[in-house]
Amino acid sequence: MVQKLDTLTETPSQTAGPYVHIGTAPTYAGLGGIYEHEIGQTTYQDGAEGEVIEITGTVTDGTGWVLRDAVIEVWQADASGRFAGQEGADPKVTGWARVCADPESGEWRLGTIKPGPVPMRGGGWQAPHIVLWIVARGINTGLQSRIYFEDEANGDDPVLARIEQRPRVDTLIAKKTGDGRYRFDIRLQGAGETVFFDM
Amino acid sequence: MTATRDLGPLIPRNRDAHPPAYDPDYKTSVFRSPHLPLISMESTPSEETGPRFGHARLGPLDNNLILNWTKGAAPAVGERILMHGRVLDENARPVPDTLIEIWQANAGGRYRHIKDTYFAPLDPNFGGCGRTITDENGCYEFLTIRPGAYPWPNRGNEWRPMHVHVSVFGHSFGQRLITQMYFEGDPLIARCPIANTVKDRGQLDRLVAPLDLGRARPMDFLAYKFDIVLRGRRQTMFENKLEGM
Ligand SMILES: [Fe+3]
Repeated sequence: MVQKLDTLTETPSQTAGPYVHIGTAPTYAGLGGIYEHEIGQTTYQDGAEGEVIEITGTVTDGTGWVLRDAVIEVWQADASGRFAGQEGADPKVTGWARVCADPESGEWRLGTIKPGPVPMRGGGWQAPHIVLWIVARGINTGLQSRIYFEDEANGDDPVLARIEQRPRVDTLIAKKTGDGRYRFDIRLQGAGETVFFDM
Repeated sequence: MTATRDLGPLIPRNRDAHPPAYDPDYKTSVFRSPHLPLISMESTPSEETGPRFGHARLGPLDNNLILNWTKGAAPAVGERILMHGRVLDENARPVPDTLIEIWQANAGGRYRHIKDTYFAPLDPNFGGCGRTITDENGCYEFLTIRPGAYPWPNRGNEWRPMHVHVSVFGHSFGQRLITQMYFEGDPLIARCPIANTVKDRGQLDRLVAPLDLGRARPMDFLAYKFDIVLRGRRQTMFENKLEGM
């Protein structure tokens, strides 16, 4: 026998199931008004500094079918690369929102402020990015991913640099489709499978 | 939102403690699970920070599912229960001020959701979601009704055990967790392919809340205790060591 460690093990994850919206986006589920303030509607308020952008996309399964029930949570820095609560962060940027796929088409849409580069602990910078957490029926543990931007300098990003198969980096880059508009499709499985992280 | 500070990298997730992404007994996971391995690396400030929610944003009935749908006008149908517990991290420290959201079926096993067409009736007095923020000791509680078991399409005749869906934030986006609470003694747990996506029996047991008569109120409600552990921080005195030392 050895001494007992005083650490605990994380509670196991379970799928969010098909009705995740009841708990996370009640208005979407048909429970509008149950809370006075529904959270996660937007990452920023009017007057936030930086460029307002719109990202649209879909989440597809291994058969190419678009999920109608996916919920994506996003977390990002403000235009100067600071997260909400950090010193000097833009008080008009919460940086966090929930995005639900459209129940008919499966398209999702995120209107947000384009984030700035984020400093790493111990030096270096991460290119502008939005962290994603994707849950749905059939996803047993929420999937971590990231959105980077086609029109930013991604070459020195330390996270992207860790992806050995360089063509896979492309799955994390939002494509510019117009002024302030981007496209970002997520593929859960199979050809063009999106990079998911464990970090 | 309140101040965030650098508390160090997150402890890497022990994936054996969690369900595998692919589990053929839970058919939907077959085509929604990544085939390629996750890319593992140390957390960055983007995972170590996270949204914080103030108590002020919550209403007084937000954690009372018996009354919140009718704004206190009429109670929901069902067996009244108190669901309570404590949120700790892997370092065994309480996690105060963290948002917990729950959702569940009504006493008949029906969800109030645009996509639920099960023929158990909706309860006009039950919405099915609640939320609260842990106190300074990491404790939380909800007053609700015991959800009914319900059938779902998977393998012929599949029934979900009674369960409450639970979403927890922690203080870092990398701690984000959704899980489900089951009830002690429910014979459907052992037969449920979703519960049994958790392969480690000891880990599955941690999702089963025991009856807690110590917190039950006579002639009012039973109580079930559900403690939750989130990822912790890697702690070391050598965090700022020089390269090569
Ligand atoms: Fe359920």
